[in-house]
Amino acid sequence: MALETRADADASEGDGVGKGPVGLTAGQVAIDVRGVDKTFRIPTHRIDRLKERLARPLARQEFRQLEALRDVTFDVQRGEFFGIVGRNGSGKSTLLKVMASIYRADRGSVSMAGSLAPFIELGVGFDMELSARENVVLNGVMMGLTLKEARRRLDQVLEFAELEEFVEVKLKNYSSGMLVRLGFSVMVQADTDILLIDEVLAVGDAAFQQKCADVFHQMRDKGKTIVLVTHDMAAVEEYCHRAILLSDGGIVEIGDPAEVARSYLRLNFEQGYEFREGDDTGMAEGIRLVDVWLEDAGGKRITNVEQGNEIHIRALLEAQRELPEPQFGFVIANADDAYVHQFQASLSDSGQEGGLGPGQRVRVSVDVENLLSPGRYYLHQGVARSHNRNDTALWAPQVLGFVVFGDKQSAGVVIPEHEMQVTTEAGGTE
Amino acid sequence: MSVDAAATELRRIAGPSALGGGWRRFFDLLWLIAVNKFKVTYVGAVLGYVWTLIRPLMLFGVLLFVFTQIFKFGGHVKDYPVMLLFDVMLFTFFVEATQKALTSVVDEEGVVRKMQFPRLAIPLAWVLTSLFTLGVNMIAVFIFILAYGTGPFWTWLLLPVLFLPLLILTTAVSAILSALYVRFRDVQIIWSVAAQTLFYATPVLYTLDAVPHQFQWLILLNPLTPIFLAAREWIIDPSAPGAIDAAGGVMKLLPAVVMFVAICVLSVWVFNREAPRMAEEL
Repeated sequence: MALETRADADASEGDGVGKGPVGLTAGQVAIDVRGVDKTFRIPTHRIDRLKERLARPLARQEFRQLEALRDVTFDVQRGEFFGIVGRNGSGKSTLLKVMASIYRADRGSVSMAGSLAPFIELGVGFDMELSARENVVLNGVMMGLTLKEARRRLDQVLEFAELEEFVEVKLKNYSSGMLVRLGFSVMVQADTDILLIDEVLAVGDAAFQQKCADVFHQMRDKGKTIVLVTHDMAAVEEYCHRAILLSDGGIVEIGDPAEVARSYLRLNFEQGYEFREGDDTGMAEGIRLVDVWLEDAGGKRITNVEQGNEIHIRALLEAQRELPEPQFGFVIANADDAYVHQFQASLSDSGQEGGLGPGQRVRVSVDVENLLSPGRYYLHQGVARSHNRNDTALWAPQVLGFVVFGDKQSAGVVIPEHEMQVTTEAGGTE
Repeated sequence: MSVDAAATELRRIAGPSALGGGWRRFFDLLWLIAVNKFKVTYVGAVLGYVWTLIRPLMLFGVLLFVFTQIFKFGGHVKDYPVMLLFDVMLFTFFVEATQKALTSVVDEEGVVRKMQFPRLAIPLAWVLTSLFTLGVNMIAVFIFILAYGTGPFWTWLLLPVLFLPLLILTTAVSAILSALYVRFRDVQIIWSVAAQTLFYATPVLYTLDAVPHQFQWLILLNPLTPIFLAAREWIIDPSAPGAIDAAGGVMKLLPAVVMFVAICVLSVWVFNREAPRMAEEL
């Protein structure tokens, strides 16, 4: 989960969000990205054997072009906290990697004023076989410190990470929480002018998150330039002065973080989720699934459902041979494939006698009260030939994927109607 | 945070490269990584060092037996056992360094893909680690040489002169191999075969004069050959012909020198060409 520390953070920050970078001198550009293009060539048939290359030296490799970034231009002011958001595959990580000199831009340029931390993820370059001491020094040198400076900084780093007693312990014996703390600490103590960060806010336990939040605010106040790539719109709105929204490698929106966050959510739910066709765990014998979809209350087809809105599932099937007593069912499963709901009905439930003949079509509809918490869900569909459930005529797993979107979050799968109260007890302790 | 001029001036970033980030950072990193690798291998495990010594010693033992007891070739060469031992150590360095460097960039995938990092430091760190091992092994070798009753000779002081071209060549070959391996995964198999071949194409267990005349040019194409020829004269037997005499004139050494230079040039070209793309190719 993202930082749960907004109240405290806001209090310590004083002047609130969106007022512009602290200590920002107008017109001082820290990062200047101009017309950056980046295209990946993905070989349709990868020649990864020298043997093949030598056997057919003139054979042209066939490539699929993947335009990860298209003419991206923006600048980040000195002292600004800048967010980059976008769906998976929108090019945001690629952009960060181009800025960090990990990828080379095909066209365009990136300029920076000041020193830059060279990594984009926590704990990169840690060697598990080495002690914390050796790793911290190594990481310091990777960030451009001299050996002497890196050794001098060691104590500060370990102190911040609260790992002083574990200096000589090899990292392979660290818990994942300790590793994260060490990684974050190394990054914070790097003291570079510009930081590029890919999804690091959601780390550590609550106490450490609080510490991270404080540090981010401190950095902001110190006038460091920070670029953050994230999916976490709450973090964007809390920390960022400005943000950009990327889609298909281009900038869709730039400016106010709250607006960008809203656009991101809109973009996310308009495009929906593409279902997997031809899943080989599925089967169909005697009946064919013609179509399956979700619709809103007005009967319009939709791909995602807003939290709390009733879910209307519709399916059209066609029998290919005689089915005496078919049973139709749906399963709604969550992203971990835990079954949340199962529904089942037959023709006789609707008062219709007899089975289906070849070529006959059936329409199945279910209206479900939507208690689902926001997240990704899948629909499985099944048809049994008779009451005997094992007599399967059709099994179509993940025939549809959809997202339930909304702002009431929960770690549970469903959010049932509830009332919850917290009150202070009169009288106190005795 | 100080607001100095350097921090306010926009500088264009160059993108990933072989050395990226300046020479000082490059050498600091190279040194630190190599020392760490060395520590991991030798300090953690008591047997770590013993194993690295045992491998060349086993090879030496087997070769010594075969070429003194079975083929009797060794009897014709003065101080054959010590020559063989020294040569085997030298060649082991070359093979181990290149083989470890070969997969190094791919092994360090996480770093390469997530960090601006001088790419060349990765394979070179292995060369440096192997050089440390060679240094330690040399102590054992020279004790053996003295115990055998050879030397000391003043030419032993030329040892660095001997190591330098070997180090440069090993570095160049390592750079080429590690860059190629990112793209072509059969390079590893090809190189293990090539290294085996190279072992017999280098005067490690024989002297050049034992090679039939019509094939000597072949051995002299090998850039390692002059190093091993010089080693015999300087370290083992001052009365033996030096590199130039053994080859039969300066001109005879030219092919090896040309090869040496060509490999170095090739390595710079290949690695510089591949370095910016390594993160994407992985």
